Amino acid sequence: MSYEAKLRVWRGDADGGDLQDYTVTVNEGEVVLDVIHRLQATQAGDLAVRWNCKAGKCGSCSAEINGRPRLMCLTRMGDFQEDQVVTITPMRTFPVIRDLVTDVSFNYEKAAAIPPFTPKPREKDGTYRMQQIDVERSQEFRKCIECFLCQDTCHVIRDHEDNMPAFSGPRFLMRIAELDMHPLDTVDRKEFAQEQAGLGMCNITKCCTEVCPEGIHITDNALIPLKERVVDKKYDPLTWLGNTIRRRTP
Amino acid sequence: MTQTSSTGSTGQSLASPTGTSAVPALSGAPRRAKINAKTLRTDRWWLQPLLTVVVLVSFIIYSTIRAFQNTHYFLDPYISPFYSPCLSSSCAPAPHISLFPSNAFFTPAIFILVFPLGFRLTCYYYRKAYYRSFWLSPPACAVAEPHKSYSGETKFPLIGNNLHRYFFYAGMVFNVILTYDALLAFRFEKDGGHHFGIGLGTAVLVLNATLLWLYTLSCHSCRHIVGGRLTHFSKHPVRYKFWGFVSTLNHKHMQLAWVSLFGVALTDLYVLLVSSGALSDPRWVA
Repeated sequence: MSYEAKLRVWRGDADGGDLQDYTVTVNEGEVVLDVIHRLQATQAGDLAVRWNCKAGKCGSCSAEINGRPRLMCLTRMGDFQEDQVVTITPMRTFPVIRDLVTDVSFNYEKAAAIPPFTPKPREKDGTYRMQQIDVERSQEFRKCIECFLCQDTCHVIRDHEDNMPAFSGPRFLMRIAELDMHPLDTVDRKEFAQEQAGLGMCNITKCCTEVCPEGIHITDNALIPLKERVVDKKYDPLTWLGNTIRRRTP
Repeated sequence: MTQTSSTGSTGQSLASPTGTSAVPALSGAPRRAKINAKTLRTDRWWLQPLLTVVVLVSFIIYSTIRAFQNTHYFLDPYISPFYSPCLSSSCAPAPHISLFPSNAFFTPAIFILVFPLGFRLTCYYYRKAYYRSFWLSPPACAVAEPHKSYSGETKFPLIGNNLHRYFFYAGMVFNVILTYDALLAFRFEKDGGHHFGIGLGTAVLVLNATLLWLYTLSCHSCRHIVGGRLTHFSKHPVRYKFWGFVSTLNHKHMQLAWVSLFGVALTDLYVLLVSSGALSDPRWVA
């Protein structure tokens, strides 16, 4: 069953733009990215859109659909009423290049600023060994496909662009948590998390978790545990004293 | 390799002049897509914050009235969680400490409620709830917040939320007290002596204590303290078990936060009704 869907797509670049109306044929089972491609093929040949796998694994086709940050390839047209207008805009947090394509280089710069994985020396037989239960917390965060929807929806930088130098965003706070929990890593990143990555700016409103297409529990399993680790180091005198007296690391 | 259909102008680099860190938009340069609407969401995103405000304000009004009322909080063997531990002689002959006269303006409840209030105020779930609903920061995901500047939990007073674990410890103490109250609620006075019995109030107090334990144990700070702070679970198998148990509860922290809040209010309401004579407590005594 096909029908004609009403689409509103943001067209423009860094100098300006607006929402333009289109009517595009939709076939059963199609996703928003299919319809955008049909629009591009039939009516708007110069429409810019970034995409790759069409399977929710590359994180390229991030956009905002009816105001919600989502992957276009994972958003079914069947989720909308046939007479409903579907509005597609680029991610608001990042500078627009053209149409639905944004410049996400902010994220790569934040990634590069994180102290890298620094494993302890190898075992005598030249291997690294670790228990599965020690590493499985970090493995959840490795599911991240870097679509940057969590970064896009985070109000700390979305609504306050001036915070971008001081705040790394949920994706990279999660990366810090991943490394801090890793059984082989030897670097203490708590100070970096609080002072350089702006962990204190996160007010844990969980939007990052809500929009994550991989279903990673970013807030509960990464950001809050990282906040608690920072509390151990900076705000909890008893834990600090205990660790100091016993000269231990967890 | 990612495919980008159509050609477009290149984006301006976010790199600072030193090349060491990202910087915000260049002043005056239109960089983000120009979209005037605060949000393009078409769903009822406002419903959840609205419900949160209504429920929390209702609870605040009710608990404030009850905290200043200073009456109808005890009917042997039941005591309201708002006034436990009993700090006035009104609970005699039940266990109590006479610190407050029965007509004091600053009632025992005001001092007692500081601790559970602090626990909930600094709770990671309630923080989400009130930041969204009361402070609109943000009111919902991808809905613009009204504030011009934002510093999160980096300054006073919000930096104080980092003290959550201390309120967690206090919450555990109160849970022990309320559990003791629930156990006393099985002991009824009859024929000049104490006998085992069960009343509707007993069930209410037991349920309230259970819900409070579940809410407290599901706390994120608890999860961290029992094992989350460890890097090597394999060296601490018992703590790993506890961490797994608390993590399971933690998945339901939001639901437990609400249900336990209703539990406290309804338990107090029940004690109010039976102690004022508006309701009679059905009970069986051996």
